[in-house]
Amino acid sequence: MALLSKKDAGLILDPLADNNPITIQVLGICSALAITAELKASIVMSISVLFVMGLGNVVISLMRNIIPSKIRIIVQLVVIASLVIVVDQVLKAFAYELSKTLSVFVGLIITNCIIMGRFEAFALGNGPWRSFLDGIGNALGYAVILIIVGFFRELLGSGTLMGIPVLGDPIEKTGLYSIGYENNGFMLISPMALIVVGIIIWVQRSRNRALIEEN
Amino acid sequence: MEHLELFFKSIFIDNMVFATFLGMCSYLAVSKKVTTAVGLGAAVIFVLAVTVPLNWLLDQYLLRDGALVWLGSEYADYDLGFLSFILFIATIATMVQLVEIVVEKFSPSLYNSLGIFLPLIAVNCAILGGSLFMQSREIGTLALAFNYGVSSGIGWFLAILAIAAIREKIRYSNVPAPLRGLGITFIITGLMGIGFQSFGGMLTGDNEAPEGVENTTVEQIEEKEIKEEIEEQEEAAVSYNQVVNK
Repeated sequence: MALLSKKDAGLILDPLADNNPITIQVLGICSALAITAELKASIVMSISVLFVMGLGNVVISLMRNIIPSKIRIIVQLVVIASLVIVVDQVLKAFAYELSKTLSVFVGLIITNCIIMGRFEAFALGNGPWRSFLDGIGNALGYAVILIIVGFFRELLGSGTLMGIPVLGDPIEKTGLYSIGYENNGFMLISPMALIVVGIIIWVQRSRNRALIEEN
Repeated sequence: MEHLELFFKSIFIDNMVFATFLGMCSYLAVSKKVTTAVGLGAAVIFVLAVTVPLNWLLDQYLLRDGALVWLGSEYADYDLGFLSFILFIATIATMVQLVEIVVEKFSPSLYNSLGIFLPLIAVNCAILGGSLFMQSREIGTLALAFNYGVSSGIGWFLAILAIAAIREKIRYSNVPAPLRGLGITFIITGLMGIGFQSFGGMLTGDNEAPEGVENTTVEQIEEKEIKEEIEEQEEAAVSYNQVVNK
């Protein structure tokens, strides 16, 4: 990692665990929960956010000295919206089925607070290269949670991963199903995403007691 | 009838928070006290009621496939749908600014109670989500769009009110330390969401069954029992704590 100084590497590594955007900063929860019933959708969503955040942070950081602070929210929204339109059109062209599953949630990347939050907190005060790293780091932190939640919900809910059956065939009764295992359809309904994230927070905070909140 | 159905559907069955997780960020951040939650909820109802009909007009006469036909027949095959994100968010951001200025001028008392929340709302996903769902569900008339805006706002209001009330009470119970604050809020919201799913059976006269109805009623009864059990446990924990404190 000669390319990155220690401080720069921290920008990427911190958001992965101890400063995770979802479980610690409480940003970007809306989209994190609604689309995690399948692993594939989670991965595509993570890549879209990675793209928008990395580029958006660079653009905002380049313009940070010429944006009047009174209208900065509108400027930020326009930058994000343009990038999201690109993502949306690409998805519609190359992965039409998936873009139907994600439906309005691609559009909702615009108001994903994780992006606005990092613009406000970081890109407005730092240079383009560091902002880019910060964007990538936070998007990866977001991706980690999305993929964990998507993994467990798809595995326990429908016994598949990326649409490929891994636990055997529930109708033919092969694999795990031959000894009486059943899919837990409960994992597929949307409120379970909240409970899974709650459990992730629980695990993370019992491993790192410094993160525990006062009541 | 159509209006009544949409009204109840958007409040209970397609509740913004519990069914689609929109506006979760401010929902989690501003739900520590009931009074602030009421302020933000009221502001959301207000802004949704203004922006959804406005964006409906934009969608109808500017964005959708063939919408420009009123300009002349040579514009009939223009489809500006890809611009909807940027136009919707611009409408919302400007409306929020405008509403803030107007409210400040004409009703300082309302401004004092709503004021701080209005800028927050521009980036609340519930607002943009309202407009995007309005577009993707193809709501038919301007009146229905207004109805949709108001009722989904009310649904959001109810949700934040409920979680704020629970969070005020839960302060007295003995939550495991790593779950305190954010963790337990997530889990309670999940349980409330499961509870709200039981409203799914309310409009069974409809041809298209709302999502989640396939889960049998037995499950729903179980969910209710689980919820009640949890409430009982919470109460027990409260009284336990009071005893301990004495």
